[in-house]
Amino acid sequence: MATAKTLFEKVWAEHVVVDESPDIPAVLYIDLHLIHEVTTPQAFALLKARGLAVRRPDLTLATMDHSTPTTPVTSFKDLAVVGAGAANQIDQMEKNCAAFGIDLLGFGSEQRGIVHVIGPELGATQPGKTIVCGDSHTSTHGAFGALAFGIGTTEVGHVLATQCLLQRKPKTLAINIDGTLGKGVTAKDLILAIIGEIGVDGGTGYVIEYRGSAISTMGMDERMTVCNMSIEAGARAGMIAPDSTTFDYLRGRPRAPQGAAWDVALTRWMALQSDDGAKFDKTLDIDASELPPMVTFGTNPGMVVGVDEAIPAANGDPSFRKALDYMQLEAGKPIAATGVDVVFVGSCTNSRLSDLAQAAEIMRGQRVANGVRMLVVPGSQQIKKEAEKLGLDQVFLTAGAEWRESGCSMCLGMNGDTVAKGQLSVSTSNRNFEGRQGIGARTILASPMTAAASAIAGHVADPRQYLR
Amino acid sequence: MDPITKIESCTIVLPTKDIDTDQIIPARYLTTTSRDGLGEFLFHDLRIDSHGNAIADFVLNDPKSEGCGILVAGHNFGCGSSREHAPWALLDCGIRAVVSTEIADIFRNNSLKNGLIPIIVDTQTHQYLLQNPGINLVIDIAAATLTLPDGKPIAFPIDGFARYCLVEGIDQLGYLRNQLSTIEQFEKERSWMP
Repeated sequence: MATAKTLFEKVWAEHVVVDESPDIPAVLYIDLHLIHEVTTPQAFALLKARGLAVRRPDLTLATMDHSTPTTPVTSFKDLAVVGAGAANQIDQMEKNCAAFGIDLLGFGSEQRGIVHVIGPELGATQPGKTIVCGDSHTSTHGAFGALAFGIGTTEVGHVLATQCLLQRKPKTLAINIDGTLGKGVTAKDLILAIIGEIGVDGGTGYVIEYRGSAISTMGMDERMTVCNMSIEAGARAGMIAPDSTTFDYLRGRPRAPQGAAWDVALTRWMALQSDDGAKFDKTLDIDASELPPMVTFGTNPGMVVGVDEAIPAANGDPSFRKALDYMQLEAGKPIAATGVDVVFVGSCTNSRLSDLAQAAEIMRGQRVANGVRMLVVPGSQQIKKEAEKLGLDQVFLTAGAEWRESGCSMCLGMNGDTVAKGQLSVSTSNRNFEGRQGIGARTILASPMTAAASAIAGHVADPRQYLR
Repeated sequence: MDPITKIESCTIVLPTKDIDTDQIIPARYLTTTSRDGLGEFLFHDLRIDSHGNAIADFVLNDPKSEGCGILVAGHNFGCGSSREHAPWALLDCGIRAVVSTEIADIFRNNSLKNGLIPIIVDTQTHQYLLQNPGINLVIDIAAATLTLPDGKPIAFPIDGFARYCLVEGIDQLGYLRNQLSTIEQFEKERSWMP
């Protein structure tokens, strides 16, 4: 009998062009290469310098999201890029894609958006594929049972030129999550709790497979949120076995297989499960039923606490002390007392339709507190349109929030959307690193519901108090 | 890439844990299309205050750090984003090796591709290095050893292929391109097409 294999091992094995040996890493084939304007210019320059072509432009999908502005406009001709550097980067991206024959979903494309939002939305992200991008949150696509991970610019060049990467096989970590998430507790809270449990380096060297009833009952948006933050635990990738929820999501999307090809793909996808008895290098069990909404209190995504809990006592670790000092927070005080200046709903972690709908559910009929600025930034132009069809934009606008064009926005403060020095932001993004949202900005990571509740309250707030 | 066989230099110590790539080079400096000249932005917000003045107690502003090419950092250095600008900025400032008890995955990969040597040491060695800033170390890439001033070589793990490429000055794209006929064969024979 064949050895029982994990989902990861199945996808890995199907893409090995040359086996790895103690001397040489495996040559791994890449099925989908996502590119954006920030981590590609130096790779294109290398190709030009060596006179190389992009080997498979048909497997390469480009968009612009990181340094693009999200200021609301009626026409993309009016979109003013912030800074000469960003403008040049955007210009280079257009020229490079044209020169190398790559399909660019750029300004003016109705399919433009955050790279990790549009891949799934277009159906380009599919079970069993290997997917890479010069962006660490590529782990998002693992929600479909793809092996997806972030790479650096040199490796972007490798994939452009050869459609392959040199890779050592990572180890496997199974995280079994059973129990039902409580009302007001979301996928974001779960992944924050997991990172809090295993630490920001707990997944280093591993591909995580998220399993169990709490995962199988999630929709695709939620699964993407979970896989998205795998990198925040240091993991190479996060994966979830595809099931009927995955297939229902993909059916009919423009880049998904159509007609007879769909049936063939479906048969193949259904086998993408970890076999019974498959061995993982490590396993961890988590009970989801007792989790409160989670927020961060420090300067990395592993420093988490329940929204109804107190900031933990200092533990003698100077890095912990430094983090609390930077955040201007006091050990032992309830996190919910923390005053808020900015609320950001968006990013590749939480900018999908269900995220916006959850935030809107809390916001409906409420007002953003005086002195608080709230930005709602849909993950793609398509999501923007769908949300507007549902009237979600009006919920946010009526409450006094800003409704903007799609993009990475305030997640990383390189496109004009920033948090001012010393201001406190409750953000649905993925990183609360020092200065991530702007010089001296203080970030508390939270779910869209917690973010919305905090916008209304003017301080960090428990969304469960606002649920009707 | 030029071959790298040996690094002999003094250390700079940055003991903070979990130094992420946003601290190594903030995102607002990524709106560049070049890999050169990024040293100016290395640890920018830790090094330079909001008035543009050097922050005196940051280690890189210490005149003693001048000319030191080995960074001893707290656990889990380089976590966060995949930006290769992080190793580019370090190299541009003359840092040629990073020593810690843990170095994040993507940062480590990116470093090896640019000739920045990531070195994992045991806790005891790490403690010694943290407590003795400025000491001279010898890193022998071919032997994969780090030698302390007492002359004791300590072995460190490094992927054999990465080491071979560093020592011989081989660029990995060249190796991959030599596999193109095998890659084409793989594409022809695979059971499904992406």
